[in-house]
Formats: sequence, structure tokens, C-alpha cells
Amino acid sequence: MAGNVPIQFSTVPQKQPAGTSDPKWVQWLLITIALAFLGLFLFLPLITVFIQAFAKGVNVYIEAITNPEALSAIKLTILVALIAIPLNAIFGIASAWAITKFQFRGKNILITLIDLPFAVSPVIAGLVFILLFGSRGLFGEWLFDNDIKIVFAVPGIVLATIFVTFPFVSRELIPLMQAQGTAEEEASITLGASGWKTFWYVTLPNIKWALLYGMILCNARAIGEFGAVSVVSGHIRGLTNTMPLHIEILYGEYQFAAAFAVASLMSLMAIFTLIIKSFLEWKAKKQISTEI
Amino acid sequence: MKTKKVVGLFIAIFMVLFAVVGCSQQESSSKDEKENKENAASSKEPVELLNVSYDPTRELYQEFNKEFASYWKEETGQEVTIQQSHGGSGKQGRAVIDGLEADVVTLALAYDIDEIANKAGILSTDWQKRLEDNSTPYTSTIVFLVRKGNPKNIQDWDDLIREDVSVITPNPKTSGGARWNYLAAWAYASKQFNGEEDKIKDFMKSLYKNVEVLDSGARDSTNTFVQREIGDVLIAWENEAFLSINELGEDKFEIVNPSISILAEPPVAVVDKNAEKKGTTEVAEAYLKYLYTEKGQEIAAKNYYRPRNQEVLKKYADQFPEIEFVTVDEDFGGWQKAQETHFNDGGTFDEIYLP
Repeated sequence: MAGNVPIQFSTVPQKQPAGTSDPKWVQWLLITIALAFLGLFLFLPLITVFIQAFAKGVNVYIEAITNPEALSAIKLTILVALIAIPLNAIFGIASAWAITKFQFRGKNILITLIDLPFAVSPVIAGLVFILLFGSRGLFGEWLFDNDIKIVFAVPGIVLATIFVTFPFVSRELIPLMQAQGTAEEEASITLGASGWKTFWYVTLPNIKWALLYGMILCNARAIGEFGAVSVVSGHIRGLTNTMPLHIEILYGEYQFAAAFAVASLMSLMAIFTLIIKSFLEWKAKKQISTEI
Repeated sequence: MKTKKVVGLFIAIFMVLFAVVGCSQQESSSKDEKENKENAASSKEPVELLNVSYDPTRELYQEFNKEFASYWKEETGQEVTIQQSHGGSGKQGRAVIDGLEADVVTLALAYDIDEIANKAGILSTDWQKRLEDNSTPYTSTIVFLVRKGNPKNIQDWDDLIREDVSVITPNPKTSGGARWNYLAAWAYASKQFNGEEDKIKDFMKSLYKNVEVLDSGARDSTNTFVQREIGDVLIAWENEAFLSINELGEDKFEIVNPSISILAEPPVAVVDKNAEKKGTTEVAEAYLKYLYTEKGQEIAAKNYYRPRNQEVLKKYADQFPEIEFVTVDEDFGGWQKAQETHFNDGGTFDEIYLP
């Protein structure tokens, strides 16, 4: 692809100019503070999770993560994430596309609204769905008569999760697509490509890394969401408990080792997500440098 | 060329995602089929009951559900699975009002079930007359849990207002257990001061001034006292106190019985409309009645609830010492009135509690 413009990625760290004029001891002090902080607030709790998880031995650990209630919580969590991520990817692309490639009235309002889930407390997000779909809510009676369950069942959990995660993808895409402008798409259209072809061969390749990155963030949040899900879940064991809710229940039941075992599993999922994220960043960087 | 690769990658990812989702759905549908086949084999279709309960009954119902399921299978040949949901009593009642489809509710106090009857109208308002003993198959009371050896020498309610004592109890606005705690303390003060309201309120004021952490639920308070090791005394359900001792070591805590306490009656009820809709009325009623049988009473006693059955109570007499009890109905005019006077906005709790 000749004539490609170097792309600025919001998410890809740029190489910093090495060396500042600060004296050595300032550098060392800052590094020490940063490391100490990380150690105290990140590594120590993480290690504690794993120590506590194995406090009563490997058998308790295995029992805790293979017992039917835990398995159903793990399955539900993954299912919810798998529904939420593709839907958010589609919505994210659509909204980012609309916002950056077209001019229309109320654009700023739309941008603000997309950010709403970041600003609103997850508990309120959950309550909104209760007010809409609860039995005394707006659609409550109709749903009851037609025997459709939304809140206190899996659909409610999926809805709440989509609500709290939907800014992630579009928030990643909008700044990038704004920076890229519409020049390439215009060129493609002028050369006779259809809108769909333009999207597929011009826009998508340009935004792919940011899109994947957004989906990963979305995944992390979807798996870890507690507040909104807690409100709409109804806490039925083996049916509507996600992993974070299951951990809370185990903790409340004095099964500390089991609670931490499931928590350690969630931490592993988070670490795995981070590894994928770093890998993507590395890949993106490599590709950009070869393209230049 | 690169573009094609990327597009391919995307399609692949989406296909995997949908395949996984599709699979898990297929799995569940094939499971349904299997269940249907099993139905055809047995005489009656298997049913599911949802028991929406409050925090400290987790262990009780885990054991009771197993027992009831095998009893019901033997009696009728029908498979029954009972799902449990636990949380703060008021919160759980609220969820049922909002549409959590409970077949039976087993909550901390009658007021929360009254609310379901009044606000959602899904069970009749005279629900409490349907089963024996005010629809409460087991009772409990409020006791003190102190640290081993009772270092602050806490013996009765008036020790809790001493300046050197730090108290843990949950918030009566949100927790059913906390309301029992509050009324028990009130009953003691009322007896001490012959019902002089100003003096009772002063007593309550100094008591709640000593509360170091006001959690939102009974189990949270227990965790604060037991796990985080905050406070000198936890005002707790008797069953919760026993459970903490058993789960976390007899060498750490002991129970102190105050001179006067309250008879806590956590009631049970079938939620008619939900059960009718799901066709579970019969099994739901049998489920609650089974709590009153000797077997059910025994399980309650084993989980530190005071059984109604006198013989079973006698058998566990060591565990449940006699305490002088007041009751909500006789001494506070029933839950509706108690709620109004003490816990609603502008009630006595708002007056005496200054955070």
C-alpha cells in the first residue's frame, strides 16, 4: 500500500526521547517510588489472592472451581462476555463511523451520551433495568403475561453488562478515526468502490488494532462487572450468579479459600487478557514501523 | 494482501465467538430434551422451586432442601430441585416485589413479606395465618458475641453503653436482623426505665454512639467483627453467633446471653401468584409444611435455630438456654406499628442515631 500515511495510535505507546536533564538521583527516586507503589498496591494483593486460594491445599482449590455452582458461574460469565463483546464491537464501529465520517446535528450530544455509562454508577444502571423490566416497571405486566423473564434472569444480566461496557469500543475508535480523517475513504469512493467495499478494504484495516483493543477492554469489564449485575441478578445460585457474585457469596459463607480460588481464576483471566493486549500493541507497533 | 488477512482474522474471530455461543445454547437445548425424555419415563414432570431467603439461612436450607427433595421423590415420585437466593431480608423482599419469581419466601421478619403482599399483591395479606405459629416454623433470638474470655466483661445490655465498649450491629434501615437487635435493646431499656420514653431514647442514643461500624446486612456485620476484628461485641442472631464460633474457632469467641431479649420469628410463605403461574403450588406448600415435621425441626435445631417442636427443643436444650423474651406482637404492637414508630423516616432510629 504505497503512499500510506503514518498512523498515530492513541493506544500504542510512542518511543520516548531517551534521557532527560534530571539528575540521576531524581530518576532513581521516581523509579523506586513507582516500583514500591506497584508492589504495595498491585503485586502484594495479587500474590495474597493466590496464597489464600491455596491456603487449604490443592484439593480445596480444585473442588472450589469445579463444583457445579462455580462452573455455572464461570459459564454464565463467559456467555455474557461473548454476547456483549460482538454486539459492542458492532455498535462501536457504527457509532464511531457515524460520528467521524459524517456531519449531522446533535453529534456532540451523541458523543456525550456514549460516555454516559462511564459517568453513571453501575448500580443505577442496574436499577434502570429493574424500573423498565421489573414486574412493577414500564413493561412489567406485559412481560409477566407473556411469560418473558428479563430481570432476575440471564437476559437482564446481559443487558446490564452491555450497558456498562458499551463506551469502550467507540471510545477507542473515535479519536483514531478522527485523526485519520475521511481522505482515504473519499479516494476509494472516487476510484469507484462501493460503500461496503470501502469499509471492508479501507476503513477496517486502518482501525483494526484499536478495535481489537477496545474489545479486550470491553471483555475485561464484562467479566469483572459487579454492581449492575448484582442489582439485576436475583442471586439464584447455579442460575444467575456470575463469577464476581459467586465470589461474594462464598466469602459471605466463610468459605474463604474457595472464594479466593475463584478470585484467582478471575485474576488469571485478567492477566491473560493483559498479555493479549500487550501482544496486540507489539504487533501493531511492528506493523506500523514496517509500513513506514 | 495484508488487508485480506486481517479481514480473514476478523471473520474467524467472530465465527469462533458465535460458534461458542451457539454451542452453549445447543448444549442447553439438548439438556432440555434429555430432561423431557426423563419426564416421560417418570409419572410426573420434575419441578423447580425458588426459595428467596435472607442471609443467615444459607446453611439451614442447603441441608433442608436435600432432605425435602428425597422426601418428595419418595412420596410422589416427582423430582424437585430447589434453587436458593440469599441476601439482606429487605433487599430480597424488594427483589420479589420487582419480579424475582420466588415460589416461597423465607425472610427475616413478617414486615418484609407484608410489603410483598401490599405492594405487589402477589400473595394475600392474611398470609401469616396460613401456617402454625404465625407461619414461623423456627425462631431465634438476639445474643452477644464477644471475644474469648470476655475481656471487656460484657454481661448485659447496659454494658454496651459503657464508654470503653465498641459495638458492631448492622443498620436497621436495611437489615432485618438489625431491627430485631434494636427492638431487643429497646425492650431492655423499657423495662429498666419503666417505659419512660426520654430515658429509653437516651439509652439507645448512647448505645448507637458506641457502634463503630454500621454495616448494611447481618452477615456483613459478622464479617466485620470476626474477620476484620473490629469491635468488642457483636449484637447478632443466635444462629449467626453459633455459626461464627463453629466456622471460625471456639478458641476465639464466646456467646453471652443478655438478661432479656426478643423472640425473633422469621416467617415463611408461599407466593401464590408466582406458584400458580409455574404450577408449583402443591409442592411449595408441602415444602413449607415439611419445615414443621420432626425431621425439619431437627434440621433447624442443628443449624442453631430454635425449633417450635417442644420435644426437639428439649433434645437441644444445652444449646438453647432459657432467656426472658419479649415479642414484637405483644410488646411493640406488631411489625407494621414497630416499623412505623421506629424505622420509617422520622422514626425513633432517626432521632437517636447521629452518625
